[in-house]
Amino acid sequence: MSEKETGAAYSAYVLGLADDALIYSHRLGEWLTWAPALEEDMALANVSLDLIGQARSLLTHVGSLDGTGRSEDDLAYLRDERDFRNVHLVEQRRGDFGQEMARMLWFSAYQKALYAALADSADEQLRAIAAKAHKEVRYHHDHAAQWVVRLGDGTQESHERMQAALTWVAPFVDELFDDSGAAVAAAVTAGVGVLPSSLRSPAQASVEAVVAEATLTMPATPKWRSRGGREGVHSEPLGFLLAEMQYLPRSVPGARW
Amino acid sequence: MTMMATATDVLEAVRAIPDPEIPVITIEGLGILRECRLDEAAGVVHVVITPTYSGCPAMRAIEDQIARVCRAHGLRAVVTSQLSPAWTTDWISPDAREALRRFGIAPPGPADADAGAGERAPRPVSVMIGGGRHTVACPRCGSEATSVISQFGSTACKALRRCDSCGDPFDEFKAL
Repeated sequence: MSEKETGAAYSAYVLGLADDALIYSHRLGEWLTWAPALEEDMALANVSLDLIGQARSLLTHVGSLDGTGRSEDDLAYLRDERDFRNVHLVEQRRGDFGQEMARMLWFSAYQKALYAALADSADEQLRAIAAKAHKEVRYHHDHAAQWVVRLGDGTQESHERMQAALTWVAPFVDELFDDSGAAVAAAVTAGVGVLPSSLRSPAQASVEAVVAEATLTMPATPKWRSRGGREGVHSEPLGFLLAEMQYLPRSVPGARW
Repeated sequence: MTMMATATDVLEAVRAIPDPEIPVITIEGLGILRECRLDEAAGVVHVVITPTYSGCPAMRAIEDQIARVCRAHGLRAVVTSQLSPAWTTDWISPDAREALRRFGIAPPGPADADAGAGERAPRPVSVMIGGGRHTVACPRCGSEATSVISQFGSTACKALRRCDSCGDPFDEFKAL
């Protein structure tokens, strides 16, 4: 395969990483003015900003890899739901604050392991994006960990709700570490990507350590698990999210701001 | 004006561009100006900058400012944004650190040794980066009895702290 064909084959893998960051960034942005305190509004907005920065770099890279020459904006605003490759975890509607911290704890643990592993990627640009992003997601994980400990080891009410939040997030976790799909295979063969399953052990270890410190317990194996996001099969909330996120560029094509 | 004078002037002027969010320090002092070189024959100034954070909203403003400064010298700017090697707060110059402190922002401590992308093995509970052990002196009264209010402050690069001695809240430039 030529270099160009290889790039096109694994671009879908990079798109998955980009869409995870983009969609979670949007969900976190929705917390503005709804967080428990002003400082937390700012913290969640800052995490969101880091993720949108990562998504911009990754989407720009996808546009050059897949040979379509699409810009970051084309990819963010002009794709339909079935063309998005993010996992279901990040598209779920905003729940209570405990649920958000449970989601951030898992997602940041996953991203931390992912970006660390991509330091060895054969794709130079992906390596650069990952090295930068890795420093940022350490702070995200740290933030979520502190809240999970504070809520878990807090009052009876906060303890129960944090425990319920861990149960809520559990069915969405496996999808992060799923190896199936042609995109992963192409990326791993090219030496560009890592097997998602190889990230499970470091991510789970850091989540378990926080959960133990928080006097909480890891939830039982869930009875169902999300799947299909990497193939473009999504849950109901994504369509609504995209309708809001894409409204302006779709209504006023070519608008600049 | 001779060509030599122009070269020195424009490079000086680019280096002296203030950070849009923290105007007391220059982009050179902040360590985000990685390269600045004049191609006299082409009348172009090649500038390489690197973002502090992936989503830093000040990058565009900095690029515009570089272009303006070069235009004022009758030159065109070609600005490249470069991600690797990733920016670290260790690149902030001693002068800039002092300027930050005088401005009321505690300068960053050394970037964590395991902050690099090489981290693999899970660590024990990472509640608070650096274990919250590093001391940060209050930029107003100098007391080292300060505590974190939030790891995310008014911009992506700052944390919010409080001085337990004088009671004032202040920003800390986070080690990255």
